[in-house]
Amino acid sequence: MITLNINGTTTRVDVAADTPLLWVLRDKLQLTGTKYGCGMGLCGACTAHLDGTPIRSCSTPVSAAVGKKIVTIEGVDRARIGQVVQNAWKKLDVVQCGYCQSGQIMSAVALLEGNRKPSDADIDTAMAGNICRCATYVRIRAAIHEAAQELA
Amino acid sequence: MNIPRIENDSRRSFLRSTLQAAAGLTLAVYLPGAQAAAPTAEATEFEPNAFVRIGTDGTVTVIAKHTEMGQGAYTGLATLVAEELDAAWSQVRVEGAPADASRYNNLAFGPFQGTGGSTAIANSWEQLRKAGASARAMLVSAAAAQWHVPAGEISVSDGVLSHGARKATFGELAAAAALLPVPADVPLKSPKDFKLIGKQVPRKDSADKVNGRAQFTQDLHLPGMLTAVVAHAPRFGATVKSFDARKAKAVKGVVDVVQIPTGVAVLARDTWSAKKGRDALHVVWDESKAFKLGSEEIFAEYRTLAQQPGMVANSTGDAQAALAGSARVFRAAYDFPYLAHAAMEPMNCVVRIGEHECELWYGAQFQSIDQAAVAALVGMQPEKVKLNMLYAGGSFGRRASKDADYVLEAVQIAKASKSRAPVKMVWLREDDMRGGYYRPAFHHALEASLGADGLPTGWRHRLVGQSIMAGTAFAGTRIKNGIDALSVEGAANLPYGIPAMRVELHTPTGNAVPVLWWRSVGSTHTAYSTETFIDELASHAGQDAVAYRLALLGKHPRHAGALKLAAEQAGWGKPLQAGPDGARRGRGIAVHEAFGSYVAQVAEVTVNADGSFSVDRVVCAVDCGIVVNPDVVRAQVEGGVGFALSAALHGAITLKDGAVEQSNFHDYAPIRINEMPRVEVHIVASAEKPTGIGEPGVPPLAPAVANALAAATGKRLRSLPFRTEELKA
Repeated sequence: MITLNINGTTTRVDVAADTPLLWVLRDKLQLTGTKYGCGMGLCGACTAHLDGTPIRSCSTPVSAAVGKKIVTIEGVDRARIGQVVQNAWKKLDVVQCGYCQSGQIMSAVALLEGNRKPSDADIDTAMAGNICRCATYVRIRAAIHEAAQELA
Repeated sequence: MNIPRIENDSRRSFLRSTLQAAAGLTLAVYLPGAQAAAPTAEATEFEPNAFVRIGTDGTVTVIAKHTEMGQGAYTGLATLVAEELDAAWSQVRVEGAPADASRYNNLAFGPFQGTGGSTAIANSWEQLRKAGASARAMLVSAAAAQWHVPAGEISVSDGVLSHGARKATFGELAAAAALLPVPADVPLKSPKDFKLIGKQVPRKDSADKVNGRAQFTQDLHLPGMLTAVVAHAPRFGATVKSFDARKAKAVKGVVDVVQIPTGVAVLARDTWSAKKGRDALHVVWDESKAFKLGSEEIFAEYRTLAQQPGMVANSTGDAQAALAGSARVFRAAYDFPYLAHAAMEPMNCVVRIGEHECELWYGAQFQSIDQAAVAALVGMQPEKVKLNMLYAGGSFGRRASKDADYVLEAVQIAKASKSRAPVKMVWLREDDMRGGYYRPAFHHALEASLGADGLPTGWRHRLVGQSIMAGTAFAGTRIKNGIDALSVEGAANLPYGIPAMRVELHTPTGNAVPVLWWRSVGSTHTAYSTETFIDELASHAGQDAVAYRLALLGKHPRHAGALKLAAEQAGWGKPLQAGPDGARRGRGIAVHEAFGSYVAQVAEVTVNADGSFSVDRVVCAVDCGIVVNPDVVRAQVEGGVGFALSAALHGAITLKDGAVEQSNFHDYAPIRINEMPRVEVHIVASAEKPTGIGEPGVPPLAPAVANALAAATGKRLRSLPFRTEELKA
């Protein structure tokens, strides 16, 4: 059994230590907001936070998350910054198909946690790991600026 | 043909159907579900027709017959209903329709339920407004009867009916309205009275897509469900010769390993176990009938074919004579690779086969094809195959399978499995990337002659590529005299007024790579060759690219309108700001009509000495008739720019000895945020009926960028994706 702290709650799961965190979240705990997109850490759809740092859960073994605080899209609104980002996403209607957007939001929250006034270049650097096949990038940039203003 | 009928067989349950054949309007027809099983004296929900349901709590549920795959269909369809219903936008929710072509057919496709061709709003424009208007009329009649006042004196606004000081909500009147007859015909609003159509209305799917609650196929979890991952053949046409499942079955969580026509499936308690099991499989493939050519051989054959006359798709005047008699003839040839859709959610489908019925959950897009194909496979009547529509995590055409390929694979697995458990088949990214159903590879050869005034006198365009429609249910209507309309759309109907024109097509058939429509279909390649070639002719003639096109667009005012608006908004003709460190800069334009919508784009580029470049800004002008939701139109064009830029910069599926060389996002790379230009979208004011916008933003982008690169460097790129080494200073 492995003990995990997810969105502020301690959970025990019976999985092999090398199972990617993504599949523990999705298949064992039904936290399906975190998405599978590539399985190789290339697309960012599976982004979650480990102790505040964005990680690709598809290529992070669950053992690496033990003893750390895991935050997923389902729990990101427990902090104000998460709510502000989600509200900016809604205000600008960023989403299209929506499949990548949990990961986009998790990366955006992590960016704003460390940088309250990101430039376009900062945004491009922080968000370049997250692919959106609908190419909602114009609005992602705008929504991050919008959230930054709200947080200022 | 359906016959109009209205039935009201009891106070509790009713089944109504009217069909205005002339307008193609399917109204009414509703079988109460839950209520039917528990009869009560009063109706608890008001279901005036197949598209709207009003609860006694005031919730207005719009039943969407089109798939929501990101293009905003749920929002647009709900807007049409809510507008005529005079509902408050906040009380409206959307639900995907079941598979039932008698109620939910796409009026643009005939007796067929499906989403595609940028038709969702266009075919629903009158149908859903009438659905909303008829529901409104019944609510008004119910209020008039309760209040003993003439219906004409009752007003409706934001979900509230009023007469003087009297007010009632939709919810309060729903039960009474449910007992009234469905009106035969109802007037629609004049556009000047629209409160939602054409206005800034928020998307209905935003909230659930920002908090992780939106349900995609990948997210579905049914009790006892098994997840299946499939070992697919490495080459198209290969089959399973034998397999050894011992190691796969030893993986913890693996429940079963089954052979299916398309490979070997591993069923497990969870996805990771299924993947590990699949990776542990040892499969020997029979490749005796497999397709073994590579992209180079395919293109070599296509180029040879382009030297010979093809089937004639369009001919005006004597193009051969014009070309032969001219001293100024220009030629260009273009290569377009296969392209994968690569939606973020790889193909998947959940299926449960019961004794007498079969149920599926997924982002269904061609319900009529899927339902019939599944019914045939499981040996049931189509109505026993129930499709539950979920959000699709992108599609770009892929989920509109012409032969239900991935859906049938899921059903094959469920059939082959001894367990009767529901099965969730998931393709991993590699399965999705290598699974075929690509945008067909094409080769184009163009030739044009210029007259003394610099304008074209003759134009010959030869296209070589596989047919998408061949062998499908649509072949009879969409392939005429051997010409697949999808192969030549955008080329055969070239808008430019050229006195002698000939468009020819070769459709090679010896190629087993499965091909499919890919966001904007034929226009993905025809817009590129025609719009870069006309641009090249303008420069050979020494004329401005916009003025040259306008001189040839006399009979096509909507092309001209979009072109002029884009040029004006982009500052066409004004000098560009110099690039940093002497980098070359350029501006290019293209215009194209697809699915009845007209889009022009101006791209600005900066080219570095090593040939690398950035697309800095794209200014778009769109004429898609009356705009239902301007923000969704802008979003679709922004996204279309990014989708097209991915293909222009990086997109290529290549084959070596028949095997697909790409597998994941490292070697088939969609653009990332740092490659995304600034995008401005300007909408042409129009009173024409709405046309689509999911696809038309795609075609002009690559030619506009190529024309900008030519303006900056003098180099004309004739092969996609762009090879930056050709742009070195």
